[in-house]
Amino acid sequence: MLNYIIRRILYAIPILVGVNLITFTLFFVVNTPDDMARMQLGIKRVTPEAIAKWKQERGYDQPLMFNNAAEGLEKVTRTIFFEKSVAMFAFRFGRADDGRDIAYEIRTRMLPSLAIALPVFVLGLIVYITFALTMVFFRATYVDFWGVVLCVALMSISSLFYIIGGQFLISKLWHLVPISGYGQGLDSAKFLVLPVIIGVISAAGANTRWYRTLFLEEMGKDYVRTARAKGLPESAVLFRHVLQNALIPILTGAVVIIPLLFLGSLIVESFFGIPGLGSYTIDAINSQDFAVVRVMVFLGSLLYIVGLILTDISYTLVDPRIRLE
Amino acid sequence: MSSVLEIKNLETVLHSEPRPVWAVDGLTLQILKGETFALLGESGCGKSITALSIMRLLPEAGEIMGGSVCLGDQDLLLLPETAMRNVRGKRIGMIFQEPMLSLNPVMTVAQQIGEVLQRHFDLRGQAVEKRIVQILDQVGIPDAANRMNEYPFQFSGGMKQRMMIAMALAGEPELLIADEPTTALDVTIQAQVLELMRGLQQQGGMAILLITHDLGVASEMAHRVGIMYAGEIVEMASREAFFRGPAHPYSRKLLAALPGRDRRRQGHRLDAIRGNVPSLSREFVGCRFADRCDHAWELCHQVAPGWTALTGEQQVRCHLFDQNSGSRIVKPPVSGQTAAPATLDAESREFESSPAAGAEQSAPDGSLLSVTDLKVYFPIHKGLMRRVAGYVKAVDGISLRIDRGTTLALVGESGCGKTTAGKAMLQLIPPTAGNVRYNGVELVGLERHRLRSLRSEFQLIFQDPYSSLNPRMRIVDIIEEGMNALGIKDGGKEHEEKKVDRLLESVGLPAETKWRYPHEFSGGQRQRIAIARALAVNPKLIVCDEPTSALDVSVQAQILNLLRELQRNLGLAYLFITHNISVVEYIADEIAVMYLGRIVERGMVDEVLDSPRHPYTQALLSAVPVIELESKRKVIRLHGDLPSPANPPQGCHFHPRCSHVMPVCRKNYPAASIFSSTHTAHCYLYPQDEEQSDRKTQA
Amino acid sequence: MSFKPEILWTDALVYVLVAVIVIFAWQVRRHEHLLASWRRVGHSASGMAALTILVFFIVIGLLDTIHLRPAIENGNGGSETAYGVEVLSLLDLLATPLRMQVETTYSAPFATHLYARETVELPGGGQVREFPRLKFGGAHLQDPEAQLAGDIAIRAGTGAGFALLLWFLITASVTAIVAHRRGEKFVFTLSTIWRGITPVPWRAVFVTLALVLLLGGAALALCGDYHILGTDKVGQDVFYQSLKSIRTGLLIGTLTTLMMLPFALLLGVAAGYFRGWVDDLIQYLYTTLSSIPGVLLIAATVLMIQVYMETHPELFDTIAARADLRLLFLCIILGVTSWTGLCRLLRGETLKLREMEYIQAAHAFGVSHWRIISRHIIPNVMHIVLITTVMDFSGLVLAEAVLSYVGVGVDPSTISFGTMINAARLEMAREPMVWWALFAAFSFMFALVLSANLFADAVQNAFDPRMKTLSALSGTWRRKSIGKNA
Repeated sequence: MLNYIIRRILYAIPILVGVNLITFTLFFVVNTPDDMARMQLGIKRVTPEAIAKWKQERGYDQPLMFNNAAEGLEKVTRTIFFEKSVAMFAFRFGRADDGRDIAYEIRTRMLPSLAIALPVFVLGLIVYITFALTMVFFRATYVDFWGVVLCVALMSISSLFYIIGGQFLISKLWHLVPISGYGQGLDSAKFLVLPVIIGVISAAGANTRWYRTLFLEEMGKDYVRTARAKGLPESAVLFRHVLQNALIPILTGAVVIIPLLFLGSLIVESFFGIPGLGSYTIDAINSQDFAVVRVMVFLGSLLYIVGLILTDISYTLVDPRIRLE
Repeated sequence: MSSVLEIKNLETVLHSEPRPVWAVDGLTLQILKGETFALLGESGCGKSITALSIMRLLPEAGEIMGGSVCLGDQDLLLLPETAMRNVRGKRIGMIFQEPMLSLNPVMTVAQQIGEVLQRHFDLRGQAVEKRIVQILDQVGIPDAANRMNEYPFQFSGGMKQRMMIAMALAGEPELLIADEPTTALDVTIQAQVLELMRGLQQQGGMAILLITHDLGVASEMAHRVGIMYAGEIVEMASREAFFRGPAHPYSRKLLAALPGRDRRRQGHRLDAIRGNVPSLSREFVGCRFADRCDHAWELCHQVAPGWTALTGEQQVRCHLFDQNSGSRIVKPPVSGQTAAPATLDAESREFESSPAAGAEQSAPDGSLLSVTDLKVYFPIHKGLMRRVAGYVKAVDGISLRIDRGTTLALVGESGCGKTTAGKAMLQLIPPTAGNVRYNGVELVGLERHRLRSLRSEFQLIFQDPYSSLNPRMRIVDIIEEGMNALGIKDGGKEHEEKKVDRLLESVGLPAETKWRYPHEFSGGQRQRIAIARALAVNPKLIVCDEPTSALDVSVQAQILNLLRELQRNLGLAYLFITHNISVVEYIADEIAVMYLGRIVERGMVDEVLDSPRHPYTQALLSAVPVIELESKRKVIRLHGDLPSPANPPQGCHFHPRCSHVMPVCRKNYPAASIFSSTHTAHCYLYPQDEEQSDRKTQA
Repeated sequence: MSFKPEILWTDALVYVLVAVIVIFAWQVRRHEHLLASWRRVGHSASGMAALTILVFFIVIGLLDTIHLRPAIENGNGGSETAYGVEVLSLLDLLATPLRMQVETTYSAPFATHLYARETVELPGGGQVREFPRLKFGGAHLQDPEAQLAGDIAIRAGTGAGFALLLWFLITASVTAIVAHRRGEKFVFTLSTIWRGITPVPWRAVFVTLALVLLLGGAALALCGDYHILGTDKVGQDVFYQSLKSIRTGLLIGTLTTLMMLPFALLLGVAAGYFRGWVDDLIQYLYTTLSSIPGVLLIAATVLMIQVYMETHPELFDTIAARADLRLLFLCIILGVTSWTGLCRLLRGETLKLREMEYIQAAHAFGVSHWRIISRHIIPNVMHIVLITTVMDFSGLVLAEAVLSYVGVGVDPSTISFGTMINAARLEMAREPMVWWALFAAFSFMFALVLSANLFADAVQNAFDPRMKTLSALSGTWRRKSIGKNA
């Protein structure tokens, strides 16, 4: 089993390299640093000096892949590719356009992001599984039918509507919680309630329906008939046999998301003014801060790959067929 | 004796199709204490639905419309669901066909059996564990105390079925319903499981409702049998009365459709039942079998026959025996010790004996296909770098030859490598080593285009008629595919279509079916189409990979008849891969028995079947259930299961399961022992062929 | 007035898509087994009702796809006709009044006055701050306060009346056709439809049609003289914007799939069929791509395209062409981020299929790899492609709104649900709230996505073999009658 996990980790390395190459191509080859400078400084009135200064401030004043002017190893290291892309493997993220250290920003903004994303994740998993199980328990009745109708309706509503509608109804009309903002410590709880609830509801339709399908698929299997033939009540069949089997795909599907929770949610954070990584990314996109976006892309894929490895590990934990092989 | 279960006029409907399907229509039977009642019938006749109706475990689309199911003096159909749960698993236990799928994969065996004990006996803690060990011992699980904490996937198929039985026994039921309990198992394992069930019944005195399609199993297990056809029971009799003289024309046909050596010796075609089982969604007037019956007359089509008692032990639902109808009373033919009489059907035609003729036709070089020392190894990757850590030796050096116009049967249980061997001979799987010569041409290592030009000479027929035809292609396209790919064009488009027509007719299908799609055909018809597809390229050799094991007995008979007829007319040679001994007896000239990648014994069919030499062959043959009234046969019990081909035992592969094992068996693989010019076996019980063993040691 | 037809990139692709669908439909008609599955779709009441609504959306979207450049009328009268830089669609021309009747700023639905006070010069000198009358909305009314409700009711009633008439005509002719096809009497067919026992759920279709026609008829009758959904900040009619957004939504939902389909199909099937290093390579490719979180990849790429477009303005001759190309790129990027799922599914299915016995039989005939893939494998995975396509549609429409909100969606000059929401969100804090633009965008989007979801469900139920067993578990409505007869 250890071999298996080590192999998965080794397999992740070429993927990360691939991601790194893609981002490098995207940010430095499709558009040269000159193009970006021109864009940032305004296309109409821009002088070569301004461009050179812009590039120099950001360390883009080096050749892309190969530095002929340098000596020895520096031929390779004193390049944009090495200093901007390869450096990310060492978590050297550089500075944002406003001059702040990106790594520092990420460290401080991670917690607020997690403060929303983690409750949404845990609460969501519980709520969706509960609803799905209820629907399956009452399958072939109107509870199930209207449950599915509700799910499809919920799925068809834009997540923006949940946010705007929730803010309007709960904060503006009923004044239950502040519309947006973020506090320190326990004080932050009142800011978090609404985004968490909205986060859970906005994914409810699709997930509940998916889990219901998983449960129903398990219900059709032969071992369920065996369990019934033993005289077990329907609740035992559902909660002991079906749930245990269906949890394997549900849990392993969920595990891949866990590392990504650090990144937070783009729109929820920006709507509610949470100083997390999601709003950081949005701000960077809006102000066209390429350095930050590039780092976030790299970080996102890194966390995703960590998630993949965690998934593999969690498989070995929940499924005896894999654990004991 | 009092009856344990009494079913009266049970009617069950399935709402799975636009029109309701009357899967069980007025079924009445009773099962006595300590008795095994076998419900026999072909697929789709409603036997499983009957079982599920008793348990009230029908699929959601099923509905019980009427009747009563009395367990003791309690009508199960009147019980509320909660009370019914006290019956399931306690008073009635049930085991299912697929032990692989019927056990919960993520719960340990102990948990799954413990559930029953907690539910029905309110046992807790230590008591549960003690009882589980006790039950597992009872069903013959070695080392039960340790193995009970393992998961189902860690057990073999036969062991899993023992677990299922253990689970059913845990409630100490009055009635055990066994729905095709051994269909998914190999014969030697089947023999173990059947013996276990018999033993348990003798100890506990429980009644068994055995649902099966296998007449042999029924004859070995049952005290009484009921024959089901199209949702109703058409004949009910004691085992002796039934197998001595089945009364209903359907029962007689079923028995006559069984292949076997006697049929072949007598040169008979098998008695196939024409047509198919009728759809149960239609309304029936008259006898349900009338359309397929050779003895039907007007009355049969107009009035449904009632029950007629022939003797105290035999009842039949057929106008032929109806005293009141007055016409044509045909006595059920009485035959001797063996199964159904040989000449039941006037249609049965004599075959010319063909094998001898086939041998004469063979080319100067002797054989059509000769295989020497064929090996197929699949690498096992292990460790960090996925290095090859070993090999699954699926085929481990087999040699055989097939002459023109003859049939060689490759017999063995699942996992012995027979299918892999067949595919490797046709170069569909690249062999690891060895030679395959077709008509003198070496096929191993032949370039792709030269191999392609030879492909028309040898073809394949598969087991599963549902996956062997592309559902998106019309029949005509399916048959023409091979002709087009191999460039067999003798004439234009029109000619080609004529050829398709001819081919379809030669396999017994009307020519106009060529415009249809596979899903419109039944399993037997699809198998005919698959045969037509193979024939389209005029092959000389056909590898038949279990071509009838997915089919009902009556349809199997149609296909076997067809294959023999084609062999006679076209001089085809068959490599017939199967696990079914009775089919082998009927169709094969020569036989090769495979065990764990090697051929342990081969010879002419009579030699091997009459005097099997290898202990494995002996065990295999003895395990096949046969229809005999006085069972004198002693089943040679094999211990354990087939070892993994990745790690075959040292020396003779069979030694861990052999009752004659000697020290030498554990060391070296035995050389061939020659009994006649055609009959050889690899076993130390017999004098070894010096010459060959010398060569072995030198190499 | 003369026009010059203009085919934008996305238009061309839409035409290709329409052609593909027509060819596909023609193929289906010829093959009974394909037709059978589509019949099952046709027998689903919710699916057919959803399709009825979708047809209206699609017609509007197609009308908005045929683009023209109107000639500039100049006094020279020369033989050379100059064409304007403004690219208009057929829908724009049909909705000219909606497009041209621009107020100065916000106005509520059916309002006759502006939403904001303005300083108006009084004729006799002096100023007063009041809500001025709208230039177009309800301009024909003498005394808005008294006449407004009555006028709206009369106009809406007339519109609905005409719609009802049209509905009767359509219903009657469809019933007549059905009756003729089945060789029944008209009245008999009508009564079977009325009782809802026809195989094709005509009753559901007719009821939906009636609702849509009534709403549409009333809206049509009113929209010429009122801003039925209000106006936005610059006074543009919100109803017109909602109609224009439909094309963008449809385009994103369909073109994205069209773009990625060839890659996903080819790579997925190749990986599953050839296995070995081909499989390793393709798996590496899609794992790498899918490991970049979708939003971030889209954001990064769109940012880069934005830069490229800004720095190369010479490549685009009209604003429409530029916005259109950005839309196309958005589709491509969305496709790149979403093809991996389909590719993985197809690989898995191909792995299963290649072990099927009919494939082995083809090998035994020496059939070439390419023929096996094209004749045996692709036809047997098409249902997965179809199901994925329809299931993805609604997700993509919703994604567009989010992306445009984030600022990495369509060009700001393209009217879409996302840009509408983005613009309206700024007015959230305003007291009293400007709610109608949000309302319009969300309800149009909800109608489109809900009907797409329902239709996708019907398609999935008809084509996915797994769904049959599921519906057997959950879909059969039956009464438990155990013990009733005994």
